[in-house]
Amino acid sequence: MVVEETRKIDVYDVGGPELRFSYGPQHPGTGHFRMIVTLRGDTIVDVEPDPGFVHRGEEKMAEYKGWITNIPHLERPVILDSTGITLPYCLAVEKLMGVEPPERAKYLRTIIAELDRIGSHLYWFGLYGVFLGHTTMFLWCFSDREYLVDLAQLISGARITHAYIVPGGVRNDAPKKVPRGLVREFKHYYKAMMGREPDEGELSEDFGKYVKAVCDFMEARLQQYWDMFFDSEIFIERTRGIGVLRKEDAVRLGAVGTTLRASGIKADTRIDDPYDAYPYLKFEIPVRTEGDCYARAMVGFEEIRQSLNIIRQAVEQMPEGPVKNKQHPIVLKVPPGEAVARAEAARGEMLYYIVSDGGPRPYRVKISPPSFRLLPVLKHLARGIRVADLPPVYWSLNYWPVEADR
Amino acid sequence: MTWEKLKEVLDNVSKRFGDSVSAVMEEGKIAKLVVEAGKLVEVAEHLRDLGFDHVKAVTGIDLVKLRKGGGNLIEVSYQLGSYTVEELRDSVLNLSVKVDRDNPQSPSLYKVWPSVEYHEREVYEMLGVKFQGHPDLRRLLLPEYWMDIPPLRKDYKVPGRD
Repeated sequence: MVVEETRKIDVYDVGGPELRFSYGPQHPGTGHFRMIVTLRGDTIVDVEPDPGFVHRGEEKMAEYKGWITNIPHLERPVILDSTGITLPYCLAVEKLMGVEPPERAKYLRTIIAELDRIGSHLYWFGLYGVFLGHTTMFLWCFSDREYLVDLAQLISGARITHAYIVPGGVRNDAPKKVPRGLVREFKHYYKAMMGREPDEGELSEDFGKYVKAVCDFMEARLQQYWDMFFDSEIFIERTRGIGVLRKEDAVRLGAVGTTLRASGIKADTRIDDPYDAYPYLKFEIPVRTEGDCYARAMVGFEEIRQSLNIIRQAVEQMPEGPVKNKQHPIVLKVPPGEAVARAEAARGEMLYYIVSDGGPRPYRVKISPPSFRLLPVLKHLARGIRVADLPPVYWSLNYWPVEADR
Repeated sequence: MTWEKLKEVLDNVSKRFGDSVSAVMEEGKIAKLVVEAGKLVEVAEHLRDLGFDHVKAVTGIDLVKLRKGGGNLIEVSYQLGSYTVEELRDSVLNLSVKVDRDNPQSPSLYKVWPSVEYHEREVYEMLGVKFQGHPDLRRLLLPEYWMDIPPLRKDYKVPGRD
């Protein structure tokens, strides 16, 4: 009887041959999110995204906290890519204050932003894999991510949610030496994954060398990811030609990030509206033209390689010097005015609109996260596909409900 | 951002629409066009034709407690961007309209830019602005049992805070 009753609530007849049901709001690895799916036979007629299950009122909260104390709570919606969400906030506050961070801080910001991007992409592919029935990808991504997260901890003091970037610089400098235990652990892992010891002199306790060794290792692993997952039948069969987003639709619906670039538009804030150390570094923006689930994953996959390039260059070119402007650690004087700033987070362009009335707290903080901008895209792509293709479409967008809801 | 290009756009629009728009430009911070509600759709269409092909965000701001330049108004600001026009990629243009706080109504720009759909719904929910002509103006993020006033209004009392 209980089963009968549950069925009455979850699935209901909407007249005609169609059926409407609730897809979610369980936690499918990204956060609670529901899609109301209307189905005819095996084909999806309509999907209505229903976000809001993880809404935290970040924007209202930001009006109650100081300019600096806002940072730790603003990064909660995207804990894996916390730099992505706090960096544009700091850029906007810096614009209002009319200050620039010191050169070394710009490089450190870039390094931590790219580490977060790789970490976030690995998390994405890990879960993408497991939802397509490929558990090894999940285990590989998560175990490799560990060493990037350790690197972030070394620089910022926290594995995730670093609260590392502040208006006017970064909180602290990167260390010169890496703890011996960490090097030993990495060496052990390297041997387990690559089947050989790292080359003599390649790995040492020197910070720059260690970062380079981790990046080289990650790049070698990308080839293994390719062989095992991206070039495998399981992945290709379920993603190629599925959920095609045409270029015009990507523009019309305001797509962002990997979704946009997989549809043939070479737009990336790091190039278009450069900030921090990006103008000094050389890197490519991966673009595909197919616009399907496969292309979206491929763009993300190539982005990891580019991010590794950026980190290696940044560590090498980073100048010595201070990492923070001389300012009060907690109380900032922000003149009245308004500013818009944006940065390329892991999932796409993150935009902030901040209004200050000269007080100790912001008057208004508006966050426009990339995931929120993917809602119309999800709705558009899901129409007309088969119900079994909904997970690949959803995962290929790299939609993160917590980020969208704020 | 290349501010010269944005300045060109602002001059172009100001020239065409005269007194019904006013341009605000603070180099390095913000470029904004404040438009009368009656002219909003027309200006939006013109900007779309100039190459602003998508909306990055729609921001609602309750101006009632702003010390300078405030009033009994709600400002609805569209952050516009361009993917297709190379020279505009580095710019964000704000198209803003100020509506009466007691009866906030503004024309929806859904027909001009379909990307505003969820953004406008959010502003409706958080500040109570009714967008006329929006195809599906419903609440979005707040819980279904929400009974209070729109929470991003300045007179909303956060439980345990005020």
